[in-house]
Amino acid sequence: MILAELFLSFLKIGIFSFGGGYCMLPLIQNEIITKNNWINLDTFIDIIATSQMTPGPIAVNSATFIGFQMGGVLGSAVNTFGVILLPAIIVMFLSKYVEKFKDSKLIKDIFSGLRPALVGLILASAYTVGKTAIFNLQTLLIALGIFIIINKTKIHPILAIVISGVLGAAVL
Amino acid sequence: MSKNLKLFLIYLKIGAFTFGGGFAMIPLIEREVVENNKWMDSQEFTDSLALCQSVPGAIAVNNAVFIGYRINGVLGAISAGFGVVLPSFLIIMAVASVFAQIKDISMIDSIFNGIRAAVVALILTAGLRLLSVTAFNLFIIGLTFLGIAVLEINPIFVILGAITLGIMKNRNEDR
Repeated sequence: MILAELFLSFLKIGIFSFGGGYCMLPLIQNEIITKNNWINLDTFIDIIATSQMTPGPIAVNSATFIGFQMGGVLGSAVNTFGVILLPAIIVMFLSKYVEKFKDSKLIKDIFSGLRPALVGLILASAYTVGKTAIFNLQTLLIALGIFIIINKTKIHPILAIVISGVLGAAVL
Repeated sequence: MSKNLKLFLIYLKIGAFTFGGGFAMIPLIEREVVENNKWMDSQEFTDSLALCQSVPGAIAVNNAVFIGYRINGVLGAISAGFGVVLPSFLIIMAVASVFAQIKDISMIDSIFNGIRAAVVALILTAGLRLLSVTAFNLFIIGLTFLGIAVLEINPIFVILGAITLGIMKNRNEDR
């Protein structure tokens, strides 16, 4: 029952995916690589890059991509539905009571620990991705070069990815 | 045009044209929801964004569900949510189906190796941009990093632990 397992995993990823984008990478990685070995780390990094170059959130894109590899169109549909279902229910519930929650003390308290944890999550995924992606001097220089240009210029991330691909073809 | 169809088409457009994550699409959503359709005012829209960020889930999908639900209940939420997800769903399936065939070509492999290195830079940058330096924050960041990258603890437990520490710290300060 691979579809049921996929659905449950992405249900779990969905409910714990705070902060969006890169924050959920360690979570996705834990479910689909560490625990279940559905794809390898290289493919996972390729999904991240693909998500940057195509519209759509990383969590949804990963769900679709992995679902397709494991179970075709049906797998994609099951995963994508799984990853958005619980957040959607929460949002609908909260949209009724938005005024009550806006200034809630509990929400503020939760966020004072959650916010820095999200930074830690992102840095941890930079570290694990880096361990695989940076394997010689050339890849280190590409990573450093891209880091500098995206922080010092207003270059669009898609262009940065294109540049890195060209560099990769040239020197790797 | 029915409200559901309108919601679906607007979020289809938003889903198809927003590259680079949720925050990039906010101006586009605001123009459709506040200016073009007057479904809510600017203040309400800002509040709804804060709410969509403070719950789990992708911000674009959450926003679609929130606005859709406000405008036409569960059916509105489904229409908008389906619309925002559909473009990337189709694109990613197309990418996934050609991916397996091209990835063993040596030229493609080199390109992807270059891109993987750049992904490290993109992730690192995203983390550093969110960084706000206080002693407590650095403590939590350090613990989270250690827990996930070194000790390989399940991120769910790390997240729950950080939330607990945050609540404890605030309760302590209130006393």
